[in-house]
Amino acid sequence: MIEMRRKCDVLVVGAGPGGSTVARYASQAGADVLLIEKRQEVGSPVRCGEGISAEWIEKYDIHPDPSWTRNKVDGARVFSPNGTMFTVNAENAGDEVGYVIERDAFDRMLAERAVRAGAELKLKTAALGIVKKDGKVVGVKAECMGERFDIEAPIVVGADGYESQVGRWAGIDTTMDPKDVQSCLQYRMVGLELTGNFVDFYLGSKVVPGGYIWSFPKGKDEANVGIGLQVSMVKEPGDAKKYLDKFIAAHPNIAKGQTVEMVAGAVSVCAPIDRTVADGVMLVGDAARQIDPLTGGGIANSVKAGKVAGEVAAQAIEAKDYSAGFFQRYEKGWRAIFENKLYRDYMAKEKLLTLSDETLDKLVGALAEGQLTKVSTLSVLQAIKRKYPELVKEFESML
Amino acid sequence: MKVEATKCMHCGACVGTCPENAIFLYEVALTFNDDCTKCGTCVKTCPVGAISMDDD
Repeated sequence: MIEMRRKCDVLVVGAGPGGSTVARYASQAGADVLLIEKRQEVGSPVRCGEGISAEWIEKYDIHPDPSWTRNKVDGARVFSPNGTMFTVNAENAGDEVGYVIERDAFDRMLAERAVRAGAELKLKTAALGIVKKDGKVVGVKAECMGERFDIEAPIVVGADGYESQVGRWAGIDTTMDPKDVQSCLQYRMVGLELTGNFVDFYLGSKVVPGGYIWSFPKGKDEANVGIGLQVSMVKEPGDAKKYLDKFIAAHPNIAKGQTVEMVAGAVSVCAPIDRTVADGVMLVGDAARQIDPLTGGGIANSVKAGKVAGEVAAQAIEAKDYSAGFFQRYEKGWRAIFENKLYRDYMAKEKLLTLSDETLDKLVGALAEGQLTKVSTLSVLQAIKRKYPELVKEFESML
Repeated sequence: MKVEATKCMHCGACVGTCPENAIFLYEVALTFNDDCTKCGTCVKTCPVGAISMDDD
């Protein structure tokens, strides 16, 4: 094994979609980038529902490839508590809707892109703490294969996911209220009977209080069936699993299947946090709580923020300025792209949580009468605005 | 706090949600440090119910 480098321009912690994108764009712009990943394999184990929308990817020079696009879906369906279904059928409109992906292959593809752009990737290398000098972050304490050492870097990017430590070490407040956290569990099931090639969302207080159950098809008889449950609604430990098992038992077409993989995790569904930078530090993706609070989707925002962070990191190296002031370019940059959407979807989520099962039935029923062909939270919220303007009046200006 | 190793899926849900940053996940080992206030947030967050209050 080659002796590991102990010095670089930009140290990226975590080789998920956010971290690999930072590494790719910073390397392309000429920075000397080291990307460290605590796991022995990028992308594994998967912790994701694996659904992504299609409209943003080409812009980030990502081209759908069968190695990671497992299934192209026809649209989305929402099921209300009484079983009323509302379908967004984008296939009819000829639009690209989205994919259910192989997340591990997707993450590896992005890491390979970073490496080909010139970044150095080190596996089984964990960040254990931050190194400060005169109050400024100047690197991280790392461990690789039993050996502990410091890595010097004027810029540390925390792309270390939901359980992010880099932000906390740097004094950035990333803590959340339990009502803004979803406890999640998912089964990859094989042998089930799917009723269409749609990403399905099931709502209702009996299905899951303060959350939703999803079924994302990965093939003809295969789907990711999962649950997100608001932590503040948990009464007994392990409620997420209980609600999910109960839901599957009540759906014979799903219950036919066998679980071949279990995935657990948590997702932040909070309003955008105040600060994602500090002197020498930028946070990206789940670590920066950039997940969409309505859908729980995080991949697109991580890549979008990752590109900005990568470009700003390279500019900072050029300018030899690693201050929080310089990193405002990143702070403002990612907020210009999707902060409004995060706020809007946070408001929508908060509103959704107040609706009774009866109101949800009425709402989904009304939406089912319309003809929606664009799969986006905006188009759904706009349709709600047309039918029930009072439901979205707190954030109607954003629609 | 008590962790049932046979239930824990090493997902890190509790780590990211802990308000005191008192939980550490190293490979498959989940440990708590002295900053833990026994607030119980991790007990609720764990999707599979692997964590319980240790009342010994």
